[in-house]
Amino acid sequence: MDDHILEMRGITKTFPGVKALEDVNLAVRRGEIHAICGENGAGKSTLMKVLSGVYPTGSYEGEIVFDGQPVRFSGIRDSEHVGIVIIHQELALVPYLSIAENIFLGNERRGRFGVIDWNKANAEAGELLRSVGLDENPVTPVGQLGVGKQQLVEIAKALSKDVRLLILDEPTAALNDNDSAHLLDLLRRLRDRGITCIMISHKLNEITAVSDNVTVIRDGKTVETLSLHAGEVTQERIIRGMVGRDLESYYPERESHPGEEVLRVEDWTVWHPTQERKIVDGASLTVRAGEVVGIAGLMGAGRTELAMSIFGRAYGRNITGRMYVHGKEVKPRNVAEAIDVGIAYATEDRKHYGLNLIEDIRRNVSAAALGKLASNGFVNGNEEIKVAEGYRRDMNIKAPSVASVVGKLSGGNQQKVVLSKWLYTDPEVLILDEPTRGIDVGAKYEIYTIINRLVAAGKAVLVISSELPELLGICDRIYTLSAGRITGEMPVGQATQENLMELMTKEKELAA
Amino acid sequence: MTRTVPPSSEPEAQTATAPKDVAPAVALHTGTSNVRQLLTSNLRQSGIYVAFVAIVALFAVLTDGTLLSPGNVTNIVLQYSYILILAIGMVIVIIAGHIDLSVGSVVALTGAVSAVLVIRQGMPWWVGVLAALATGLAIGAWHGFWVAYVGIPAFIVTLAGMLLFRGLTLQVLDNISLSPFPPAYGEIASGFLNGLIGGDGYDAFTLLIGGIAVAGYAMSQYRSRIARIRYQQPVESFPLFVTKIVLVGAVVMAFAWQLAHARGLPIVLIILAVLILVYGVITKRTVFGRQVYAIGGNLAAATLSGVKVRAVNFWIFVNMGFLAAIAGVVFSSRSNGAQPGAGNMFELDAIAAAFIGGAAVTGGVGTVVGAMVGGLIMAVMSNGMQLMGVDQSIQSVVKGLVLLLAVAFDVYNKRRAGASR
Repeated sequence: MDDHILEMRGITKTFPGVKALEDVNLAVRRGEIHAICGENGAGKSTLMKVLSGVYPTGSYEGEIVFDGQPVRFSGIRDSEHVGIVIIHQELALVPYLSIAENIFLGNERRGRFGVIDWNKANAEAGELLRSVGLDENPVTPVGQLGVGKQQLVEIAKALSKDVRLLILDEPTAALNDNDSAHLLDLLRRLRDRGITCIMISHKLNEITAVSDNVTVIRDGKTVETLSLHAGEVTQERIIRGMVGRDLESYYPERESHPGEEVLRVEDWTVWHPTQERKIVDGASLTVRAGEVVGIAGLMGAGRTELAMSIFGRAYGRNITGRMYVHGKEVKPRNVAEAIDVGIAYATEDRKHYGLNLIEDIRRNVSAAALGKLASNGFVNGNEEIKVAEGYRRDMNIKAPSVASVVGKLSGGNQQKVVLSKWLYTDPEVLILDEPTRGIDVGAKYEIYTIINRLVAAGKAVLVISSELPELLGICDRIYTLSAGRITGEMPVGQATQENLMELMTKEKELAA
Repeated sequence: MTRTVPPSSEPEAQTATAPKDVAPAVALHTGTSNVRQLLTSNLRQSGIYVAFVAIVALFAVLTDGTLLSPGNVTNIVLQYSYILILAIGMVIVIIAGHIDLSVGSVVALTGAVSAVLVIRQGMPWWVGVLAALATGLAIGAWHGFWVAYVGIPAFIVTLAGMLLFRGLTLQVLDNISLSPFPPAYGEIASGFLNGLIGGDGYDAFTLLIGGIAVAGYAMSQYRSRIARIRYQQPVESFPLFVTKIVLVGAVVMAFAWQLAHARGLPIVLIILAVLILVYGVITKRTVFGRQVYAIGGNLAAATLSGVKVRAVNFWIFVNMGFLAAIAGVVFSSRSNGAQPGAGNMFELDAIAAAFIGGAAVTGGVGTVVGAMVGGLIMAVMSNGMQLMGVDQSIQSVVKGLVLLLAVAFDVYNKRRAGASR
């Protein structure tokens, strides 16, 4: 007999007009790492919200059995009470409070007279931090930590609540490779201590590396649960379950015909906006028409900062260096001028920097090129709808109409709106910062196809990505960036993950 | 000059196939008749109209019809016009995610400047008006400078402005009230256009203007409907479309009828109507208006889309100063003088009007027309309660609760919308 700590049986959850979950079954064994994967919108997060009591008993059908007992949660406190703790993708920490204060927030260590005993709290927090392998003083404000360390604080917080089932939603989405490896290691250690983990992830290599079982969800239904101990479950096998078919390849085929040089950046140096240090140091690069050029770098290497400083000095100060578009020197002083000279930059963080989430598709698509729709300062609203409608069809944005609010679309569809917005500015060179972050395999393939179509039409594309396989799959040429310096450049034919990684970490060792 | 070429990227090529020759006659019979769907799909906007009608009906009954009598309808227009003028500027400020607490003091200062020039110095009335407008623009530029270019939150800047300009008002007036204005100045807020084309017991000119307004409304609605059909956009069914126009027309004509039977067309109503039209178009149709919504919706995304955020913010406040000056002129004209305490708490009425009218506390949402209806709800409630002889203290309590409920309704709506995904 299997010893299941959690069984969810026949879970069906309906929203007005949509069946988000239909007869979903999930069985998690005691002390395992159980991965859940599926495309965006498949229902993973909804399932976890049902489990953690965000959607209370009665708002869904089906039953939850935890530790042999049927449970009914009417809120998140109930589920925490039995030891189920969920860590969301967007971390829920207060940046100005200390690590210890965050860990015990809502669960304060009271001493006499109900007054918080800070010595006790800090001491306990110190122990918890040691158990998650985080070497920080408990009184340090959380805002001073990197995302990776904040993630560990979240886990320490969960441990302080005597967690028995830990749910992590995309825990490594924002982490670099080092932090990810550290986190996965920690999950293994927690498993050895008897804590069961459910991990939602898009990163199949991580799933195959750490989990014992993986449950695949598609369109609100359980497809299958695969055991990873047998050893024959490959990433391709999981993808087949997620998309319901074999992807012939992750990356669509493309013939490369680079043309003349479109963008040249020389000796580009950018200073931190408030601190006395260089973020980008003497970087030079070129992108040609019909070419996809990649920038590989670890987090903090200055990739986004380099791109944003090129994009009309949207980042940094004391920017020096020269920039040419089609061989002519340009000096855009702000974003509007950068758009004018034909540069477009699609941000890595579409929710905060890319989209107006409360507006509809139409207004987001037109946002960067309203001038094209206007005469004498008046916008032609009907023409705008026509344009947006065209992109909706062409980009295959899944939404009932262009009047759909962008905030309600899935990540992949939001990214397509961002791309539409920048394509409508008719750029010469398109800078894509993490174009497939947080979107599912199927939508990724679509985004790659769109990139291919762009370069086929003679555009120049510069791609920044943390995923080396992605760069190797779609680029013609790759630069490596480390600590603000370009440390290498090679055609994709010569590049491997190993030699790229070596160049990406090169400067760091010199500096250390 | 590569960018000036008309859109040539592939998506364009495909969109150009949208047929442009749909005959209006065919299209007249397209569209949805589902009133409920139309209402609920736009609950935030339609809810306020329903509330407005309900409140008017309630007070009409409670006051035995006095509320809707010719004299009182005219009175409401005269009494609340300056709040509505302020609310136009305020809703734009709020859409952009700011707030302006200083408008009451600006009303006082602009009125005082005008009064000093016209009453004390004996200058012509229009010099006073121009000086007030110039003062308002300067104050707006002052606020805009601190908010947009120095980066201080508008709450703080305008809180300081509230104290600062109240103090300057006292300085300008030497702490005493000035009155009276010459009759020509008083015409701005208390004058009427009537008798221009006669009429027996009523003013035919007022009815004519009402008729022209209705015809203009019908024309513009029809043209936009045809344009939408040509671009293959959903429209309401033709009977429903006609019903809507007839309803709006009936309300406008009934309103004009009542005015015509009182003292004719108030000049201040003309000023207000022009402002509503102009600012309605600015917020809905212009690049500037769009950029205001973009800034309020997501500042960072707007910045990275090439919106010149500082310039837009600056002009939003200049505009607010301008409208506050107009309100200052109207108010000083109506009260026939300038008082040190003029315009006290006006900012709160204007802010309440914007929020009751559906503007979002977090920015990015709101309309000029909504703010006008919100302002009218406040106006009808105050006026109705005054007619009923309700105590001032109770009036304040009721108005406070209405504001709270309106925003609570908005928040509830948003949460429901959020939960459906």
